[in-house]
Amino acid sequence: MKGKPIFFYIFVMWTLIIGGGGLLVSIIAPLSIHGFGAFDHILDSIVKAAIAVILVVLWVLLMSRIKNWIFQKQMSH
Amino acid sequence: MLDKTIVGILISAIAFVTVYAITPGLINALTKRNMVVKDYNKEVATMVARPGGPSMLAGILASEFVLYTFFPSTAILAIIITTSLAFLVGFADDRKVLGGWFKPLALAGTAIPIILLGVYLPHLAFPLFGSVRIPELYLALIIFMIPVMGNAINSIDVLNGVASGFMTIASFALTICLVIIHNYDVALASLPLGFVSLAFYKYHKVPSRIFPGDSGALTMGAMYGTLAIVGHVEVIAAIALLPAVINSFLFLSSVKRVIEHRQIKAKPVVHTEDFRLMASDDKSAPVTLVRLILANGPMTEKQVGFVIFRLALFSAALAIITAFMMEIKI
Repeated sequence: MKGKPIFFYIFVMWTLIIGGGGLLVSIIAPLSIHGFGAFDHILDSIVKAAIAVILVVLWVLLMSRIKNWIFQKQMSH
Repeated sequence: MLDKTIVGILISAIAFVTVYAITPGLINALTKRNMVVKDYNKEVATMVARPGGPSMLAGILASEFVLYTFFPSTAILAIIITTSLAFLVGFADDRKVLGGWFKPLALAGTAIPIILLGVYLPHLAFPLFGSVRIPELYLALIIFMIPVMGNAINSIDVLNGVASGFMTIASFALTICLVIIHNYDVALASLPLGFVSLAFYKYHKVPSRIFPGDSGALTMGAMYGTLAIVGHVEVIAAIALLPAVINSFLFLSSVKRVIEHRQIKAKPVVHTEDFRLMASDDKSAPVTLVRLILANGPMTEKQVGFVIFRLALFSAALAIITAFMMEIKI
């Protein structure tokens, strides 16, 4: 089938989206910061946002690696 | 429910018939005003009318205003305003070539009505695991989502019929997903996008008589993004759009900066002697979805388009599976 590696790449992206969502909902979302009084809420948001941004960067790097691996043959063409 | 079904049929017909009826006149008007561009993938020099955005917007506005008279809601208003603003951004770019950063920034601005009208829930829903509440981050997501979706559709608009055909598949998949998660109101509001794209495809397919231009591509992308936000199906919508997202990702990761496709000097795709498309062997040319599809050998424009449609159908199937998975919690 034409474009078979691309179908596989889309499937990998899909599993990473679902896995990343699971990580976000199960581990990062329940995190909470206490002990800073009125700043608890804002610090909580900043820390979660920072983790989310780091995760997105890692996701992009991972996708880039997988892209190079899957399309190695095509890239060298 | 019967009322909604009847209104759904009515607005679908309005969306389809408006674009189907207006587009031939628009093609003639654009041709008379010499608003035509060369179709570089044709052996014989062919000039094609551009942009088709005005007929698409007419179809969307006609059907959404009718829907609003039956079921008034701020969500429909947000769809109308954001889509119209995105059209204006695209139309400005069609008339005068603007810088690479102009479109993402201006499109980010078109998302502001969504925030001002408050038609969003600051939750991001994931399949199997539930949703996460991200009040501050969600605002950034809204601002980010419209430019990404708009530019993703714009970047896939490289061959005859691809953008409109792809959008037809993705938007009908989104409608099905909205029905699966029981969000019938937004499912209804999403119908015009599918029917507008389908009617436009009639004139955009190989050989194209009209190109959507930036105004058409950004109109479709921005409306799709707005539907994703007001329908609370951000993740599902992104999955249905994966081939276009991959195309943008491949392009950006190879050129490593935000620039317009037309600014690229080394072309990713070249022509064979019989004018089929062939992947360029120029190492400096960007990697794109079409170039990867062509890596196994030359193909006609129509064949490449059908491979992209198969990828769109595959992503649509994954999006529908994801919608069913939303009902399951582990």
